[in-house]
This record gives sequence, structure tokens and C-alpha cells, in this order.
Amino acid sequence: MQALTNRAKAVDRRPMTLAEKMYIPAIAKGMGITFKHLFQKKATVSFPEKKRDFSPVFRGLHVLNRDEEGRERCTACGLCAVACPAEAITMEAAERKEGEEHLYREEKYAAKYEINMLRCIFCGFCEEACPKDAVYMSETFAPANYQRKGFIYGKDDLLIPHPKEGK
Amino acid sequence: MTLLSIDWFFVIEKVLLISGVLVLSLVVAMYSTWGERKVAAWIQDRLGPNRAGFMGLLQPLADGGKLFFKEEIIPANSNRFLFVLGPSIAMLVACMTSAVIPWGDSLVIAGRTVSLQIADVNIGILFIFGVVSMGVYGIMIGGWASNNKYSLLASVRAASQIISYELPMGLALIALLMLTGSLSLKDIVEQQRHGLWNVVYQPLGFFIFLVCAFAECNRAPFDLPEAENELNGGYHLEYSSMKLGFFLFAEYINMFISSALISTMYFGGYAFPYMDKLGLDPNVVTILGFLALFVKTLLFIFFFMWVRWTVPRFRYDQLMRLGWKIMIPLALVNMLITGALVLARQH
Repeated sequence: MQALTNRAKAVDRRPMTLAEKMYIPAIAKGMGITFKHLFQKKATVSFPEKKRDFSPVFRGLHVLNRDEEGRERCTACGLCAVACPAEAITMEAAERKEGEEHLYREEKYAAKYEINMLRCIFCGFCEEACPKDAVYMSETFAPANYQRKGFIYGKDDLLIPHPKEGK
Repeated sequence: MTLLSIDWFFVIEKVLLISGVLVLSLVVAMYSTWGERKVAAWIQDRLGPNRAGFMGLLQPLADGGKLFFKEEIIPANSNRFLFVLGPSIAMLVACMTSAVIPWGDSLVIAGRTVSLQIADVNIGILFIFGVVSMGVYGIMIGGWASNNKYSLLASVRAASQIISYELPMGLALIALLMLTGSLSLKDIVEQQRHGLWNVVYQPLGFFIFLVCAFAECNRAPFDLPEAENELNGGYHLEYSSMKLGFFLFAEYINMFISSALISTMYFGGYAFPYMDKLGLDPNVVTILGFLALFVKTLLFIFFFMWVRWTVPRFRYDQLMRLGWKIMIPLALVNMLITGALVLARQH
């Protein structure tokens, strides 16, 4: 049979020599290897003290973005919810009232915006679908929680802080 | 001080010595668990326990505490008395062997010569063999009393394994005894103090003894009675809480004692090179000698761990083949050669 790669090695089926049958040289060799490993660099990351950096394309928890003046960008168009394969996103739209122009960028906004982090598969389709650059995925992941309802993130969990007021 | 025709100093001295050796073996066993985890971790490029205290040094205390607080389960269909007896025997036997090991030469305290050996019996090695072979009863009774197939299988394995490896161990020792001409461990050490270490004369005997010691201690690669991944823990499958702890602990004490024994019989015990030429106070030399023995013992304990994390477990038929078809003939040949050489030297 033709080998698929040039890395294939034929199995050595010759009968073992006396030295091989004694196993002692092989064991000594193995012990040498393990002894070398005693002093090698450890792979462990001491987690709470030291955190491993995420990859640049890591998709973590979502954030709802604001524009430069601190207005919410989301217009509750629902494209993210449609794009979501896990159906983790629900939202309720509302109309912007007179005098709320400093809060919402467009005439329509999301009164309620919830992502169920237990359903979410962090595929990033919502991020791609958003026409207003409102949904982004950050570099954090959902912390543990005692209850399922703790994993349903509302607007107050998702919105990034206001650039000026800090809230 | 002699009262009621009993030398009370002698009694006090022995009681202190016994408690000292007992505490020493318990502490060493305790920290062997820590050491084992550390060595395992380092060999596998990990860090090992490092949360409880500096370098994880409080880890054994935490483990022990945990075992004490665990629920004690005695299976409904087990024999209650034997179920408790099993770990007790294992622990008792493990602690008994240290009595005849000379932990050092003698100290001179206020004109009294205090030997650092609890009992210098002239059949020291025989005593150790007798006691060690009782250790298998702990495993056997424990496994049987659990009323569990896995436990029973494992304890049967343990019994046959220990019997199979006691034979070559004994044969290897006979060769050593031909050289030393004494069964007293103290004599054996004193001979090595003034001559070369026995390992020089008995390299093959030492090797056989070492391999058999691994088997006797149920250590990898001979840990078939426990075989975590085949027999769900083997003979201590049904044990929980401190009874399990006793079994595990006994294994570590056995490891410590075997290491001490190997050092004593083949590596000079408390003797170290130039010990009589340093010109130091005899008491200082004795303490240094104890430290030398301790270091040798620790090195052997490390060796035990090192092997455990290198060599995979034997299959059962391989174990038996090695024991009966390789170890025993090798030991016999070793005995024959030693006998011939001893005879040749006498003439």
C-alpha cells in the first residue's frame, strides 16, 4: 500500500535481543527521561495569580456598545436575535421619547435586551449581524453562578459604562 | 536508678526511642505523600500541591484531616470485626519493623551508653521477614471482609504476589548472610563501617532485593493489588475515612522502612565514609551517622517514587513470570556464586 505521508515507519518485528529482553537498559533510559523532566519548565499556569492571555480572536461575554457621546447604539432591530443559532437573545423595542435624545442614538431603542449565557455558544454571529456596531464580544467569560437566572444577562450587565458619566 | 530491680533509665530510654522512631516513621510517611505528589508533578511538568502552606507543606495535614472527617462506611454484608482488623493489622505491622533497624551508633549521655537501636536482636532480619509477611494478612483480611469481588480478587492477587516475591528476596538475603555471617542488623552495619558497603559485594543481590522490595510494598510497577484503574482501588475499595487512610499510610510507612532496610543492609546504614577518621566527638559522629542513614533512606524513597512515575504496571502473568522464572533463578545463581566465593576465600 502506498504510504499517505513520508513519515510512515515500518514496525520493527525482529525478535528482541538479549539486552532488549532484559528490559533494564530500556527502564534506565525511561528513568533518564523522567529525571530530565524533573527540572524542566513547568506547564502549569498558577491561575488566580497569573492569567493566561486570550487569543486575539477570543469571543467572550457580549457588551452593548455606546457611541462617542454615550448614547446606546442598539436600535432593537432584532438582526442579532435572528442570526443567533442558539436563540439566546431576546429583546423588546421601544420608541424614543422627547428629551431622551442624549440616551439613545436613534428613534427606536431596546427597552429590554437579554442574552442567556447558558444558551449562548459564543459563535459571534450576533456581532457580525449587527448593522449598528452595537454588539461586541469582549475578552471575559461568564463567572460561575448558583442559579440559572443569574446567567440571563440584562441590559445593565451588558452595557459598557458611559464614557463621560462613568455609569 | 534501679527500683524494684528494674533499670528505670533503660525503660525510659527505650520508651523515648520507641516513640521517637514511631513519630519519625509517621512523619516521614506523612511527608512521603507530599513528596510523592511533588515528584509526580515535577516528572509530569506540573507544580504539584502548592496552596496549603509554603510549597504545599501543610498538604499532608489537610489530607489527614479530611480523612478523619469523612463518613465511615462499613458495608452491610461485611464482617465488621475483620473489616476493622484489616487496616489495623496493616498499620501495626508497618510500624513494628522499625524496631530492629539500627538508626545510629550509640550516644553517650551522662556516662550511659544509649544505643540508637530499639532492639538489637540477633535474628533481626528474620524478625523483619516474619513481621513483613504478616502485612499481607492486613490486605487479605481487609479485602475478604469487604464482601466485594474486586476487593477479594485484589487481595488474592496481593497474597500471591507477596508470597512469590518473598522467595527471591529471602534467597537474595541468604547470599548476603553468607558474607556477613550474622542476622543482626547492627553487626551487618558495623562490618560495613570498617569495610566496603555490601552493595559492592552483592550487586545482583541488591538488585533482586530492591525489585522484591517494590513488590512487597505494592508499589508501581508491582501495584497490582491496588491497581486504581483496573480494580477500582483493589483491596481497599470498600474502605473510607481513616480506615482507608491507615491502608494508604501503611504503604508509605512500609516504603520508608524498606528504604531504611535497603540502606542498612546494602549501603552501610549509619556508616559513612571516613566516619572514624574525622576525629570528632563520638556523639557527633553518631548524630552524623543518623543523618547519613536518613539521607540514604530519603534517596531510596525518592527512587521508589521515581520508578513509580516511570515504569508502567506489569500484567499479572508478567508479574508471576518475572517472580518465578527470572527472580528466583537469578537469586539462586547469586547464592551459588556467593557461596562458592566465600568457600574459595576460606581455603
